[in-house]
Amino acid sequence: MAAAAGEAAGGGGGSPSSARRRLRIISGHLRGSPRAPGRGALSPSPCKAQDGSAGPASGSIPKKRQELLKWNGWGYNDSKFIFNKKGQAEFTGKRYRLGGMVLPTFKEWIEKTFGASLEHKTTSRASLNVNDVPPSIVNEEFLQDLRATKISYSQDAEDRVFRAHGHCLHEIFVLREGMFKRIPDIVVWPVCHEDVVKIVELACKHNLCIIPFGGGTSVSSALECPEEEKRTIVSLDTSQMNRILWIDEKNLTACVEAGIVGQDLEKQLAESGFCTGHEPDSMEFSSLGGWVATRASGMKKNIYGNIEDLVIHIKMVTPRGIVEKNCQVPRMSTGPDIHHFIMGSEGTLGVVTEVTIKIRPVPEYQKYGSVVFPNFERGVACLREVAKQRCAPASIRLVDNAQFQFGHALKPQVASIFTSFLDGLKKFYITKFKGFDPNILCVATLLFEGDREKVLQHEKQVYDIATKFGGLAAGEDNGQRGYMLTFVIAYLRDLGLDYYVIGESFETSVPWDRVLDLCRNVKERIVRECKEKGVQFAPLSTCRVTQTYDAGACVYFYFAFNYRGISDPIHVYEQIERAAREEILANGGSLSHHHGVGKLRKRWMKESISDVGLGMLRSVKQYVDPNNIFGNKNLL
Amino acid sequence: MSLISLPSLSLLAVTSGLSANQLSLLKCAYFKHRILIQRSEIEKTGLQVLPPPLLHPARFQQPHRESAGPDAIELRTRMAKASGFQAAVPQEGQTQAGQGAGALPAPRRPPSGRAGSGAAGTAPARLYLCCAGGRCRGAVPLLPLPPAEHHHLHGGRAGGGRRGRAGGAQLGPQLPEEAAGAAPPARRRLRLPSLLLLLLFFLHCRRHSSRFAVLCSAPAAAGLLTCAEHMPWKELTSKKRDEFEDILEERRLSSDLRYAMKCYTPVIYKGLSPCKPNAIKSAVLHSEQVQYVIKQLAKEMGESPDIIQEEATEILDEMGHRMQLGAVRFFAFTLSKIFKQLFQRVCVNEEGMQRLQHAIQEHPVVLLPSHRSYVDFLMLSYLLYTYDLALPVIAAGIDFLGMKIVGELLRRAGAFFMRRSFGGNRLYWAVFAEYVKTMLRSGYAPIEFFLEGTRSRTAKTLTPKFGLLSIVMEPFFKREVFDTYLVPISISYERILEESLYAYELLGVPKPKESTSGLLKARRILSDNFGTIHIYVGQPVSLRTLASGRINQCPYNLVPRHLPQKPSEDIQEFVSDVAYKMELLQIENMVLSPWVLVAAVLLQNLPAMEFELLIEKTLWLKGLTQTFGGFIEWPDNLCAKKAVLSGLTLHSNIAGLVDGHVVLNDKGVEDGAVGEIVFRHALAVLMCATYRNQLLNVFVRPALVAVALQMAPSFRKEEVYSCFSFLRDVFSNEFIFFPGISLKDFEEGCFLLTKCDAIQTSQQEIYPTDKGSGTVSFLSAMFRPFVEGYQLIFRYLSKEMKEAFTEKQFIPGVRNFVFQLLEKGSTQCYEALSSDMQKNALSALVQLGAVKKKKMPSGFTYNVNQEAVSKILDMFDARIPVQKPVAARL
Repeated sequence: MAAAAGEAAGGGGGSPSSARRRLRIISGHLRGSPRAPGRGALSPSPCKAQDGSAGPASGSIPKKRQELLKWNGWGYNDSKFIFNKKGQAEFTGKRYRLGGMVLPTFKEWIEKTFGASLEHKTTSRASLNVNDVPPSIVNEEFLQDLRATKISYSQDAEDRVFRAHGHCLHEIFVLREGMFKRIPDIVVWPVCHEDVVKIVELACKHNLCIIPFGGGTSVSSALECPEEEKRTIVSLDTSQMNRILWIDEKNLTACVEAGIVGQDLEKQLAESGFCTGHEPDSMEFSSLGGWVATRASGMKKNIYGNIEDLVIHIKMVTPRGIVEKNCQVPRMSTGPDIHHFIMGSEGTLGVVTEVTIKIRPVPEYQKYGSVVFPNFERGVACLREVAKQRCAPASIRLVDNAQFQFGHALKPQVASIFTSFLDGLKKFYITKFKGFDPNILCVATLLFEGDREKVLQHEKQVYDIATKFGGLAAGEDNGQRGYMLTFVIAYLRDLGLDYYVIGESFETSVPWDRVLDLCRNVKERIVRECKEKGVQFAPLSTCRVTQTYDAGACVYFYFAFNYRGISDPIHVYEQIERAAREEILANGGSLSHHHGVGKLRKRWMKESISDVGLGMLRSVKQYVDPNNIFGNKNLL
Repeated sequence: MSLISLPSLSLLAVTSGLSANQLSLLKCAYFKHRILIQRSEIEKTGLQVLPPPLLHPARFQQPHRESAGPDAIELRTRMAKASGFQAAVPQEGQTQAGQGAGALPAPRRPPSGRAGSGAAGTAPARLYLCCAGGRCRGAVPLLPLPPAEHHHLHGGRAGGGRRGRAGGAQLGPQLPEEAAGAAPPARRRLRLPSLLLLLLFFLHCRRHSSRFAVLCSAPAAAGLLTCAEHMPWKELTSKKRDEFEDILEERRLSSDLRYAMKCYTPVIYKGLSPCKPNAIKSAVLHSEQVQYVIKQLAKEMGESPDIIQEEATEILDEMGHRMQLGAVRFFAFTLSKIFKQLFQRVCVNEEGMQRLQHAIQEHPVVLLPSHRSYVDFLMLSYLLYTYDLALPVIAAGIDFLGMKIVGELLRRAGAFFMRRSFGGNRLYWAVFAEYVKTMLRSGYAPIEFFLEGTRSRTAKTLTPKFGLLSIVMEPFFKREVFDTYLVPISISYERILEESLYAYELLGVPKPKESTSGLLKARRILSDNFGTIHIYVGQPVSLRTLASGRINQCPYNLVPRHLPQKPSEDIQEFVSDVAYKMELLQIENMVLSPWVLVAAVLLQNLPAMEFELLIEKTLWLKGLTQTFGGFIEWPDNLCAKKAVLSGLTLHSNIAGLVDGHVVLNDKGVEDGAVGEIVFRHALAVLMCATYRNQLLNVFVRPALVAVALQMAPSFRKEEVYSCFSFLRDVFSNEFIFFPGISLKDFEEGCFLLTKCDAIQTSQQEIYPTDKGSGTVSFLSAMFRPFVEGYQLIFRYLSKEMKEAFTEKQFIPGVRNFVFQLLEKGSTQCYEALSSDMQKNALSALVQLGAVKKKKMPSGFTYNVNQEAVSKILDMFDARIPVQKPVAARL
C-alpha cells in the first residue's frame, strides 16, 4: 500500500486548489451560510459496477497514471523545477503557488551547498523502454475467471512498471537508469468492496500474489515486488474505489472507499462543509487505504489526530474472509483492538476497502505564523514548553539553520522594491539589532486553525511562550513558505538528480530529552559517513522537529549529497542511510514515526519490538493469510 | 633531479631559515634522492612530520570559484581519492600559491575578528598546495601559525625555539597577556624564499611518486616538512614510531619568565561555550542527576533536601578545581626550572601533539597517561601549555589536599580531587560522576586521569581501575556526545625520581604522607641527574569506533538518562576491554632505555658480572627486544659500551663497576647483621628489578611460552598451551593481558619465539631449537623471580594460614616468612619480599577461587582453601598436570 506520508507534497496551503477551497469555505462562513446542503451523490450504494456502468474515474488520479504523473519522478508531469535560459531556477506549471515563479538565489544555494555545477548534468532516459520490462506471465485460466468478473485489468508494460515502485531514491534511480528485476504481471482496478472480494477469492483459487496499490507514494520499498516471487503478481490498484459512501452529520463520521486520495477526499467533504483534517505531506497522491495500512500521520494532527485517532471502523478483505466490527462506536473494550492489527500491516494481511472516518466542520479561520529563535536549542525548548502546556497550534514545526537557509533560497523574486526594502529591514533588525547569528538561528513555522477569535487568542499564547525562549515573531509569509517547502522538496529531488545530487528524507520519533542529542548526532553521523565513504563535498544534513507530543517529538531529516566521483552512488547512499538509522536507534529514537517499515527497515524490526512481539505479528499473519497471498514481504 | 641541487637548497635553508633539526626526516625526503644537506644548516630550523589525517580539515572546504578553474574540482576529486585529503588555499597566500601550483581551490573562511590575522583564535589558517601531476599525489599545506605562535613559539614547535634563537631580535619585549588578550599584529606575508622552497618541493613531489605535505609557518618562513613516504599512515605507526623532540632544549636557551608569560591562546573544543569553574559547579549541583539523588536520599533518610544539598555543595567545594591562568603560569615557570635541573631532556613526539590538537577541537578528549612518578602529574599540563592546547583537568587523590599551599596550587592548576574510596556514598558518587561528565560533555577541558589508579611502584603497568573510565564513557553511551577520544600516553623515565622510595615501600617501610614539608625536604634530589623523559602521545582512539557493533543501546533507551543506572554486564565488559586496550597501547609506546636491558641482564647474573660480557649480552638483548616489538631509544651511532656505561653512570646508586665487574650497589652489606644484609640486598635487587620490569610487558607472551615449555611434561602443543594458559591466569594481576584471548596471546608468543628462531612448531608439537635454547632459558630466567615468588607465597598460604586473615596481617606474615628463608639461604628470591607481588598473588588466588574474599565491616578478610592452593602449587611445580580444558583449535 502506499505510504501515506511521502516525503513531499502539498500540505497546508500547498496546492492552489486546496487554498482556493479554503478561501471559498471561509467566504462561505462569512456570508453566514455555514454548510452546503448534502449532495445526492452521497448515498450508500452497494457497488458502482452493479449499475452497469464501469464507473468513470471521478478522482483526480486517472487509471492511466502516466497521463498525469511523471513516470520517473515525483508528482505532476507539468510541475517541475528547471533552470531557465537565464540560468535561474524556476518552477513550472500552475498547480502550486510557486508555479511560474523565478527563484533568483536558488542556483547559488545549490552550488554552494552541494558543490554542484550546472555544466555537469545527468539525464534520465526519455521514456520507458518497453523491451526492458519483464514480460507479464499470467495463467490463462485466471484471466478467464477475471474476465468473467468484469473487473477492469491491464497487462500493459507501462501500467505494470508504474505500480512496481514507490518513491525511495533507489527506485527512482532505477527508473531513470535501469529496470526493476520483478514487476507486477497484471494490474486490476476493482471499483468496490465486492470486486476486491472476488479478486482475493480468485487469487486464493489460483495461488497468486496480490500487492495492493493505493497512491504509490511509499518511501519504504513497500511496493517493490520480491524478486524471488515465482507466482503471478497481481497489483490491486484501489484508485477506482474512490467514493464517499455516506456522511453522518449527527455523529460526524463519513464512510469512504479506501482508494480515495487525500485531495479528493477533502474536496468532496468540503462540498458538504466538512473535512477530515488529515493532511500528510503527500495528501495530493496518497490514499486513505494507504494511510491506514502505514499508520500515517498528518500535519495537523494536533487538532485532528493521527490516523489511529481518526478511524472509527475499517473493513478489510483477507484471504480468510472479511474482517470488521459490529458497530461504529468511539471506543470499545473487547480485547486488543483489531484495528491495530490492520493499521500498519502494510498490505501483508489484506486489502482495506472501506473506512469510516471522523469528520469535522471546515474551520472558520486559518493563519500562518513563524518565530525566529537565536539557536536550535532554544527553539526545541520552546516547542517542549508548548507541548507541555498542551497549546500546540494545528501545526508547529521547527527547522534548523540549514533548512532555514534552504527555505530562504526558495524565496521567489520580490515584486517590488518596497518588499525587498522591507525584507532588508527585517534582516537588519534580527541580525544586527537583536544579534541573531544568521548561521545559527532557526525558525519555527506555525499554522493556527479554528474560530477566528480563538485562533487569535491561541496565537498570542504561543507567541508569549516563544518570547520567553528568545523567539521573535517573523511573520506569516515565512511560515507559509516553510510549509510550501515540504511539498516542493520532492520535486527538488528530481532536479537534484539531474545534477549529480541525490537525497532522501527519513523520520523518527524521540522523547523530548533526547531531541537535541539525536538531531546533533544523526546529522554529524551523516557528515562523517559521507566523508568516510569518499563523498567529495560535505552533504546537506538537516533536520526539523515536525510534530510535538506530550512525551516527545517527531523529527524529520533531509540528507543529500553530490555524488560526482562515486562509482556506485546508490550503494553509498544506502550505507549512509543505514548508518543514520542505526544512529537514530542508538539515540533512543524509533524505527519510524509514520513512514512505516516496508522492506527498507525490516532488519531492525526484531530490535524494535522484541522477538516475542515479532512472533505475535507473525502468528496473526499466519492465521489470516496462511498461503501468503499478500506476499509483498513487508514488515515481517 | 636538476631542480633541487645542493647549493640551491642550502641557500634556501639559510635564507629562509628552513627549519629542521631532524636530520633523519630530511634523509627520508632528500637523502634518498641523493641530496646532501649540511647538518648545521638544517639544525637552524625545526622540522616536523605530520600524518596525512591532519590535513583533513580542508577536505570539505568549498571550492572557490575564482581561483578554482573547472580543472580544480577534478583535481580535488582525484586528490581526495588518492590521499584522503584535499587541497585548499585561503586568503592572501592564495595568489602566489595559485600561480605556483596551477590550480588551487580555496576554502571559505569567516573573516577574522583580529586585524590581519586569519589565524586568530583556535584554528590556524591553512594554506595548502597540491600537486596531482604524474603519478604523484600530494598536498603541500602552508600553515601560518596562530599569532601566539608567531611571537612565543610554543615549545619545540617547528620554528619556535629555533627561530627564537636565530632571530631573537624579532621577538620584541613581551607583555604578559591573558588567554583572551589582544593578539599582536601578525606578520603573515609569505616570504619569497619559503615559497620558492615549497615550489621546489612541489616539483620534487611531482617527479617522484611520493606523498609530501609541507606545513609552513608563513611569517618567518619556518617550514615544517612532512613526508609520509610511500607508506600509508597506519603502517607507519606500527612499524616506525614518531620522532621525538626535546622540549627542554628551548627552555635552556630562552627565558623561562618570558615563557611563563607567553600569550596563551589554546586550541579548544569546537562546541565549547567558555565558562568559569564555578559555573560548572553550580551546573552540577542543579543537574537532574544530582538533584535526583538528593531527593532520593532525603526521602530515605527523612532529612530535608536542603541539608543534603548543602552536603553536596561541600563535596563539590572539596572536589572542584579552580583553574587559573596565574597558577598555570607559576607552574610553567617553576616546572621549567625544576625540570631543567632534574632531567637532561624531556622528549615528546610532536606528531602526537598534532594529533591531539585535532582531537581536542573535534570531540571531548580524555588523556590517559601511564603513572610511574609524581612528575607525571603536571607533566601533561606543562606539555599542553607549551603546545598551546587546552589545559587538562586532572583527577587527583584527595591526599594531595593534605599538602598545604601545594594542594591549593594544584587545584588552581586544574586538579580536582577524588576520595580514594567512595563506593558506598551515593551522594559522593553522584556528585563526582556528574562533575566529571559535565566537564566532558561541555568539552570544557580535556580530562586527565591515571588508568592505573596509583603510581606503579614496580614500573610494571598496574591492572586498570574502571570507575573513572566508565564515568567518562557514559556520556557517549547515552549519546550525550557524538564521540569521545581516548588518548593513551606513555611517559617513560630513564631514571625514576622515587626509585628508592618505592623500593622501601615495597619492603614495608610506609610511604611518607604527602606533605609540603616533605616536598621541601625532597629538594636535595634537585642536584641529582635523572636522565631523559620520553612522552609518547598515542593516536587518539575514538570511543565510537571501539563501540561500534558492540554496545546494545537498549538499556539506556528505556530509562531516563539522568537516573543512576548500574551498567549492564555488556557495558562493564566493554569498559574493561577498553581499559586493557588503552594500557596495552601505553605499553606499546613506552620507551626503553639501554639501562633497562642492562638491568635485565644483570639481575640474571648476580652477584657480579664481567663488564665485557654484560655489554655483549645487552647487545644481544637489544636485538631480541626489537624482535619482540620493544621501543628502544638507542641512537644509531651509540656504541654498546658507551650506552652501558652511561646507564651505569646515571644509575650509580644501583650498580657500579668494580675491577672490570659490574656489581649491585648494596653498600654496607659486610658489616651489618644478617637481617640487615638481606634487607640491603633486597633493596638493591628491587630497585634494579624496577628497570627490568619495564621490559616484562613486551616479553611476557613469548616468555610465558618459554616457561610453559619447561613446565609442560611434553612438547605437545595442547600441554604447552595448558601450561601457558595456567600461567597467564595466575599472573593476570602481574602483567597486562587483554581479557579472554588466551589462545591469541599464546599464538603471538609462539610466533615471536619462532621469529627469533628459539622454537620450532609442527602440527602437534612445539620444541625449542638448539640455537634457541639460550633464548628460551634467558626468557624463563627473566620470569623466574615471579614463578618462584608466587610459589613461596602460595606455600606460605597453604601452610601457615589456617584462619581468616586480612591483608594487613597477610603482608607482614608473608614478608617474615620469605625473610627467614632468605636468611637461611634456602631461597634467593628477593623479589618475593615485594608487597606488590604478594598482593597480586593473593588476588590471583581469589580469582582462581582458591581463596575466598569476604567483605566485613572492618574491611576484607580472606579464607584459604588449603586444598585448592596446594593443588595450584603442585601445578606450578609440575607435579601434577595442569587441568585445563584444551582449546578446541590450536
